[in-house]
Amino acid sequence: MFNSKTAVARKVIPVVAQDGYAPASVVPPRIYPRSVGGLFSNWRWGMVWLTQLVFYGLPWLQWGQRQAVLFDLSARRFYIFGLVLYPQDFIYLSALLVIAALSLFLFTAVAGRLWCGFACPQTVYTEIFLWLEKVVEGDRSARMRRDALPWSWAWVARKGVKHFLWLALALWTGFTFVAYFTPLKALGLEVWQINLGSWEVFWIFFYGLATYGNAGFLREQVCKHMCPYARFQSAMFDKDTLIVTYDSARGEPRGARSRQAELSTLNLGACVDCTLCVQVCPTGIDIRQGLQYECIGCGACVDVCDSVMDKMAYPRGLIKYTTENALARGWTQAQTLRHVLRPRVLIYTSILLVIVLAMGFSLAWRQPFRVDVIRDRGVMARIVEGGRIENVYRLQIMNATESRQHYKVTVSGLTGLVVVSKNDLTVAAAQSGWLVLRVQLPPDVVAGGSHSIQFSIFSNDSADFVAEKSTFMVPN
Amino acid sequence: MSDFTSNFWSVFVTAITIVSILACLVLLILTGRSKGIVSGDNTTGHVWDGDLREMNNPLPGWWVGLFVMTIVFAFVYLALYPGLGSYAGTFGWTSVAQHQAEVDKGNAEVAPLYARFSAMKPEELAGDKPAMAVGERLFMNNCAPCHGSDARGNKGIPNLTDADWLHGGTPAKIKETLTLGRIGLMPPMAAAVGTADDVKNVAQYVLSLSGSPHDSVRAALGKSKFTVCAACHGGDGKGMQALGSANLTDNIWLHGYGEAAIVAMINNGKTNQMPAQAGKLSEAQIHVLTAYVWGLSNRPAASVQ
Repeated sequence: MFNSKTAVARKVIPVVAQDGYAPASVVPPRIYPRSVGGLFSNWRWGMVWLTQLVFYGLPWLQWGQRQAVLFDLSARRFYIFGLVLYPQDFIYLSALLVIAALSLFLFTAVAGRLWCGFACPQTVYTEIFLWLEKVVEGDRSARMRRDALPWSWAWVARKGVKHFLWLALALWTGFTFVAYFTPLKALGLEVWQINLGSWEVFWIFFYGLATYGNAGFLREQVCKHMCPYARFQSAMFDKDTLIVTYDSARGEPRGARSRQAELSTLNLGACVDCTLCVQVCPTGIDIRQGLQYECIGCGACVDVCDSVMDKMAYPRGLIKYTTENALARGWTQAQTLRHVLRPRVLIYTSILLVIVLAMGFSLAWRQPFRVDVIRDRGVMARIVEGGRIENVYRLQIMNATESRQHYKVTVSGLTGLVVVSKNDLTVAAAQSGWLVLRVQLPPDVVAGGSHSIQFSIFSNDSADFVAEKSTFMVPN
Repeated sequence: MSDFTSNFWSVFVTAITIVSILACLVLLILTGRSKGIVSGDNTTGHVWDGDLREMNNPLPGWWVGLFVMTIVFAFVYLALYPGLGSYAGTFGWTSVAQHQAEVDKGNAEVAPLYARFSAMKPEELAGDKPAMAVGERLFMNNCAPCHGSDARGNKGIPNLTDADWLHGGTPAKIKETLTLGRIGLMPPMAAAVGTADDVKNVAQYVLSLSGSPHDSVRAALGKSKFTVCAACHGGDGKGMQALGSANLTDNIWLHGYGEAAIVAMINNGKTNQMPAQAGKLSEAQIHVLTAYVWGLSNRPAASVQ
């Protein structure tokens, strides 16, 4: 069973020399990110504008008599422009979440933590809050100086203005969030009259204060200690993933130098050790130590290093978006981009494409009404005049349009099967209605037992119909 | 917890809960005191698979504070709410009381609506659209399981849409049926009727009452034996609503049509029950249901607005 000669050597975990002790918890260092401009900064601000115009703007749009995007939880109707969704349309939300997850996988495989650096609400609101902080308190060095100063009235005033602005924006964010669930006009009126419901108050303040706390205080600690995405995104990285990288072969040995000095005559690399890449980093890391889990891929260090390289008249790209393979093999940009097309990326793309197309087709061909057929259980089947067999069904017809609709039901599946009760129903806009149907079959058409039948429900303004399956019981 | 005869389980659950929380606290304190060993590169020095190293990544202090807060929260919660065995908590909260409070709140919300309905006569109420929408829902939830969604009943369960009423079809009688329920009793009558042949003859006579196809010779013979049935069904076989006895002349066969079914009924009898709704539904709900059921076979009176 166990042969000592063939036994695999027991794995030993080598323990290297220890240098010291670490506490179980620490006070995280305060990070004062320096503001930065450049290509990636512009992209991030572009995303800030795009996402926030959508978030703050959508509840203001009207669609006919109602808010264009409104999730009416108490009535269980979800309005998205022309669409009226019922809880039964949950599949679309699932599809949307699958699309979001697959997109994250795809973007991450291609270019690392793009979501984190440019689109995540945590990054976006932190960017806005940092901008407000800079407007009120000044940039990094001014803020650090002020925080080192003792307490004074001017100090309190300036901090007070900052926190006032932060809170105002945060509560506006909370208000906007709730406006997706309570119509904005009604909500605004309730705020004006100080007549909010308890849940509205809770959510405005909860969402608002969470924004204030996360974007004002916790910032990078959310990414480092709370965010689950941050941790599993590295599982999608490979050696062809674009990541923010310091070209240490070119940069080292780093060191300060005169701007006039000719690089070839110095015994130094391109890095002038200005530490600006550390100062701009929102998570406070030194990218020159290589890829670290804290790096959210925002590219702030790329922007600032490029500006320094320009001043020094060195070529840009000492810190740049590149892949591990490209750096190791000295690929050109074109070669690097060619490696974007690899099995992992193609598989993510094709699955994503299939789901997006499936959802698109499904929405485009969606009938603007839904039907549920419920067989009577107490009355399985009964025999009526002339030995005819009668089954009873209740149809719930859900009108997913915003106008009154008229529906007509027919039944098929067995010879001679007919609806003998009222077979049409008018349903008000975005409401649902019940129709009780009696369906009869002449005697001796089929043997006893359960037979599948089909209801076809036609909407008045089209020849399209929704088909629903059910069963017809014939007593033995 | 109060369902147990001894308080062992209550003590057991209380002990497990408190010991678990305290164990968390102890673990938190002990790990907070101990210091992880790190080497200069901020790793613990452990290396797996040649290159996998364990980084030292201590939690921020405020996060540890959150752990302490959860423990404080647990004790506060357990003091206020039931959680420790059979201890009820100082708030005295129970799910039953919360449910009752929500039911009361719901009832209070619809009270004005029902007050309006209760003030109307069933005959008028049957023409009131909002009332009948409520009535339909009440019917679907409480009556349809037996009587069917279309109220046409089934074998042994009366059709409510026709003019045939075992116990009377006036609103007052319908309300009485709904409130108190009904028990329909047909006793086994074989011994009183006579021989098996006599029973067959009576069955043929009963068929003849509604003009159904029958053996006229046997029916004529059965007529004299029908006197024992007439005590309840009346001499003319039209039944008596005061007794709940069925009308045998109207060609409605609640318990089955044909000689075999009638013979079985005479031989075995039948007890049929409509359950009382009084405890289940409020008086106002029964009032609305009365109007709905009455309206299934009657034209509502012009509603007075």
